[in-house]
Amino acid sequence: MSRQATITHTNTANRGIGADVTRPDGIPKVQGSFAFSSDLWADDFLWGHTLRSPHASARIVSIDIGPALATTGVHAVLTAEDVPGQLNFGLEHGDQPVLAANQVRYVGEPVALVAADHPDIARRAAEAIVVYYEVTEPLTDSEAAPQAAPIHPDGNVIRQLNIRHGNINATGEVTVEGTYEVGMQDQAFMGPESGMALPDEDGGVELFVSTQWLHVDRSQIAACLGIAEAQVRITLAGVGGAFGAREDLSLQLHLCLLALYTQKPIKMVYSRDESFLGHVHRHPAKMWYRHHATRQGRLVKVEARIVLDGGAYASSSGAVIANAACFAVGPYKVGSAHIEGLAVRTNNPPCGAMRGFGAVQTCFAHESQMDKLAVALEMDPIELRLLNALAPGDRLITGQQITGTFPVAEVIRQCAEAPTPELAPTQDHRNLPGGSGRTTEATDTARGEGFAVGFKNLMFSEGFDDFSSAACRLADGVATITCACAEVGQGFVTLAQQIARTELGIDEVILAPAQTATIGSAGSTSASRQTWMSGGAVQAACNKVRSLILADISAKWGVHLDGLVLRDGLICTLDGQQQASLAELTANRAYEADVVYRHAPTEALDENGQGNAHVSFACAAHKVIADVDPDLGLVRIRHITTAQDVGRILNPTQAVGQIEGGTAQGVGLALMEEIVLDNGLVRNASFTDYVIPTTLDMPDVTIAAFIEEPEPGAPYGAKGIGEPPTISSSAAVAAAVRAATGLDLPRIPIRPADIALS
Amino acid sequence: MNRVVLPLSLQEALSTLTADPDATVLAGGTDLMVEINRGMRRPTSVLALAKVPELRRWEITPNRIHIGAGVTYTEIMTTEIAQAAPALAQAARTVGSPPIRNAGTLGGNLGTASPAGDTLPVLATLNATILLQSANGQRQLQLDEFMVGVKRTCLEPGELIIATELDRTNGGQEYLKIGPRNAMVISMAGVALVADLDTRSVRCAMGSVDAGIPRALKAEAWAAERIDWDNGAAIDPAVAQEFGQRVSTECSPIDDHRSTAAYRRHAIGVLAARALNRVCSPKRNGHV
Repeated sequence: MSRQATITHTNTANRGIGADVTRPDGIPKVQGSFAFSSDLWADDFLWGHTLRSPHASARIVSIDIGPALATTGVHAVLTAEDVPGQLNFGLEHGDQPVLAANQVRYVGEPVALVAADHPDIARRAAEAIVVYYEVTEPLTDSEAAPQAAPIHPDGNVIRQLNIRHGNINATGEVTVEGTYEVGMQDQAFMGPESGMALPDEDGGVELFVSTQWLHVDRSQIAACLGIAEAQVRITLAGVGGAFGAREDLSLQLHLCLLALYTQKPIKMVYSRDESFLGHVHRHPAKMWYRHHATRQGRLVKVEARIVLDGGAYASSSGAVIANAACFAVGPYKVGSAHIEGLAVRTNNPPCGAMRGFGAVQTCFAHESQMDKLAVALEMDPIELRLLNALAPGDRLITGQQITGTFPVAEVIRQCAEAPTPELAPTQDHRNLPGGSGRTTEATDTARGEGFAVGFKNLMFSEGFDDFSSAACRLADGVATITCACAEVGQGFVTLAQQIARTELGIDEVILAPAQTATIGSAGSTSASRQTWMSGGAVQAACNKVRSLILADISAKWGVHLDGLVLRDGLICTLDGQQQASLAELTANRAYEADVVYRHAPTEALDENGQGNAHVSFACAAHKVIADVDPDLGLVRIRHITTAQDVGRILNPTQAVGQIEGGTAQGVGLALMEEIVLDNGLVRNASFTDYVIPTTLDMPDVTIAAFIEEPEPGAPYGAKGIGEPPTISSSAAVAAAVRAATGLDLPRIPIRPADIALS
Repeated sequence: MNRVVLPLSLQEALSTLTADPDATVLAGGTDLMVEINRGMRRPTSVLALAKVPELRRWEITPNRIHIGAGVTYTEIMTTEIAQAAPALAQAARTVGSPPIRNAGTLGGNLGTASPAGDTLPVLATLNATILLQSANGQRQLQLDEFMVGVKRTCLEPGELIIATELDRTNGGQEYLKIGPRNAMVISMAGVALVADLDTRSVRCAMGSVDAGIPRALKAEAWAAERIDWDNGAAIDPAVAQEFGQRVSTECSPIDDHRSTAAYRRHAIGVLAARALNRVCSPKRNGHV
C-alpha cells in the first residue's frame, strides 16, 4: 500500500521509541507457526463443549442430562445447578447467567457443558441433552423495548443518558433532519475463542486463554466459582485478534467449572460458527438527528435520539451509549445540544465492546448530517467542517473543555488536500465493482468522493479508576518487563521493549508473559488505552530502576545525578570519561521496581450529561473514492486517503498497520459486514455468509499525514491510534456511494438492493 | 470415521464404492470439509478421489471438450481449457480463493449440485453431458437430467461422476456473477450466456435463482431472431435490454439471508443484458 506519511522522531538504529521494531509474532502468524490459544496441550486433558439455546426467548421447563452422561467417554455434564458461586457475571452489571437456569434470552445462550475424551464425543453428548423449552415470542425491536414487558429482572433499559447543553430551545436558520441505521457488526477476529484450564492441588485453577483483560476475567471467574481471586491464575495464551470481542467472558468460566469438577485439564475451542454466538457484537443503532445552523454555516444546536440494541445482557452497553451520546455531534463546536441516548435490552445477541465503541454509529449519523447541511447551505462540505471544527480550549457538548492537543482542522485539511494518486486501470475487472464476477464495465459505473471526520475518547471515562501495573527488573544487563497487558495485536509486545530500551539505555529486553499471579491489573486492552496506560506503567517502572542505579553510582563515583546517563548498555558521565557496564553492574544484584500508573482522574456525568468525563481525545478523517455500478448496486472503492491525530508515532510500521486495518474494518461495516437476524436467530454465523473485505474490496490507503502534536500527560506524547481509523471510514465510504448515486442511503451496511432497487 | 480409502485407479475407486455404496465421496473437499467441520455430516467412510489418474485428465477435440471430474478450478483457468471454454474459466475464477481453486474440482461442483454452483450455468449453456460410471456400466446425462433439485442428483449407489463433455462453440461466451463482495463469494445471482454463430442460437442459463439451473429458453429464441447473424452478430442495445427483462422472468428466485428475490430477479435481467451485449458487440471481452 502506498504511504506518504510524515514520520518524525524515527530512530531505527537503537530499536527504542520511534523505531520500526518488527513484531516477533508477525511472521509466525503469517506462516502458520504461531501458537494460538487453540494449540494448547496437556497430558490427559478433556475436551469441553457448550450446549446453547436454539431459542431467542424460552422458559426452560426441564433439562435431562442422563443420556449425555451415559455416553461412553463423557466425564461431566454441568448445568446452572453446578455453579458453586455467584450465578451471574458481567462486565458492568452481573446480569448474565453462567449457564441459563430457568430462562434463555438469546439464541446461543449457554445452557449446559460437557467434558469428554474427544471433541466429537463432547459435541454429540451435548446434542443428547434433552431440554424442554416453553418458547415465547422474542422481543427483537429495540425501539419497542422500553415499553415492552421486561425480559430480565433488571428491566429493558440498560442505560438512558440525556445530554442537555446550552440552550436546548435554540433554533437555527437552517435545519436538516435525518434518520439513520447501523447494522450489527462482528469483530471477526483471527483465532476463535479457545483456552485450557488446569485444576491445581489446592482447589484452585490455572487458566490459559486468549482474552483482553486478565484481572477482570479473574474477579468474575472467582466470584462464580466461589473461590478466592488468588486461587484463579490466568495467563494470556496466543491471541489472534480481539477488537472488543474478548472483553466479556466467553468460555473462561466454563473451562474453569469443568476443570474443577473433573479435576482434569479441560480444553475448549469454539468453531468459527460458534464464535459468532459466543461473543458480543457491535451495537446496531437507530438514530434520529436534527441539525440547526446559521445561514453562514455555524452549528447552533444538534438534537438527536440514539437507540442502541444491547441484546439480552448488559455487557458494556452502559459505556457504549455514553460514548455514542458524548460524541454524538462529532468533533464540532456546538453551543447547544439535546441528545437522548438509550441502550436497551432485547432478545437479540448481546452487544458490547467493538473498536470505536459507540462513536462509529454516531459518526455515520453526524457526518451524513454534515453533508446534508452542506447541501442545504450550498456550501462546500469540507469548508463547513473546517468552520465548525473543535480546537483546544473549546467545549464538548458535555461541557468539558479540551485541554490537550486536538488538531481537528489540521486533520481535515491534510486529508482533504492530499492529492489522489493515479488509480489502477479499469480494463482489469478486479478494479471494477463486482470484481472477479466480471459484472461491470467502466461505462456502467459512476464515481463519487466522500469525506468524513470522527473522534472519540482515549481510555476509560466517567470516573472509572483506570490504572495499569508494571514491573521492571534489570539483571545481567537484561531488562525483564512484567505487565498483565493483553497483547491482542495492538503492538504492546514491541512497545514495552522499545520503552525499556529508551529508558534504560540497554538493548536486550524480555517481556514476561501476561498473567495475574505476580502482577496487578493492566486494565483492558481496549479504548485505545494500552500505549498510554501500560506504556506509561512500563516507562515509570523503568524510570524507577534507572533512578536506583543512578543513585548508587552517583554515591559511588561522587558525581551528581544530573551528570550521569544510561546509554549503549553503559552508565557513564555526560562527558563519557567515567563509565561502567550495566551488565557488570547488575551481574550480582538486580535492580527492581514495580509501579501502578494512573491517568488524570475523570468525573461522572451529571443528570444533564455534563462533566469532565473523559481524559483525552483523538480524531481521524477519511476521503474515499468509490466507483459504483448503480444498476447492480455494486461498489468498488478505488482509493482511501486518511489523516490522523496521533500525538506522536512510537512505531511507524505498527501505526500504519493500525490505520490500514482499522480503515478496512470500517469499509466492511459500510458495505458488507452485518450479522443478519431473523426474529433473534443469527442467519449467517460463518465466514461463508458473514463476509469481510478482501483485497479486491479494500483499496490502497494513503496516509496523508500523521499529525504529531504531543499530548500533554501522555507518555512520549503518544495518543492511542487503534480506534479512530474505524470511526470515520464507514461514514466516508457511505458518503462516496451517495455522491456516486445521488441516493440518501441512510443505512449501513449499504446492500446492493439498497442502491439497485431504489 | 472408520475408513478413508485413497484409490489409485478408477477401477479401484468403483470397486470400493460397489463394496461400500454409503461411502462419502471426497473430490476436493471444499464443500464436504465445511460440512464435516460444522458437524453437519459425520461420514463413516470416505472415498478420496485425488489420486485417480483417469479423473485428472482433460482432452480437447475439434468439437468437444472432455474434462475429468477431478480437474481443478485452477486447471480450468490456467490450461488450454480456458481458451476452449472461456466462460468456464471465468466461472472457475469466481470460486473462492486460490487455495480453494487448487483443491475444488468440476466433479465436486456437480456432485454438490447447488443452484449456486458456479460452473453449472456454463455447463448448461455448453450442452454438457455428465458421464457417470459404476461397476455396472456408464450413463450419460444432460445437466437438467443429472441435477434434480437443490443439492439433489440422480446419482445411484455405487455410481461416480467421472467426467463432463462440453461443446466447443464458435462465438462469444460469458459468465457474470454477483456476490456480497468483489471476490471469494457464494453467488447471489449468476448468468452464463453463449452466442453460437454456427447454429445461430443463444443459450442462457442462470445460477442461484431457482431450485436447479434454469435455461431462459423463450428469451433465447426471442433474441436469436433479433441478432443480425450476418453482420458479426450485431445487436441493438434496446434488444439486449429487453432480452434481460425476458430472461429475468424465466427464473424463480427466493428471499434468503444472502439476498432478496426482488434483487436477484432484477440482477439477472441486468447481467443477461450485459452478457448479450458483450458476446454480440464487435469488441468482445471474453477472457478472464
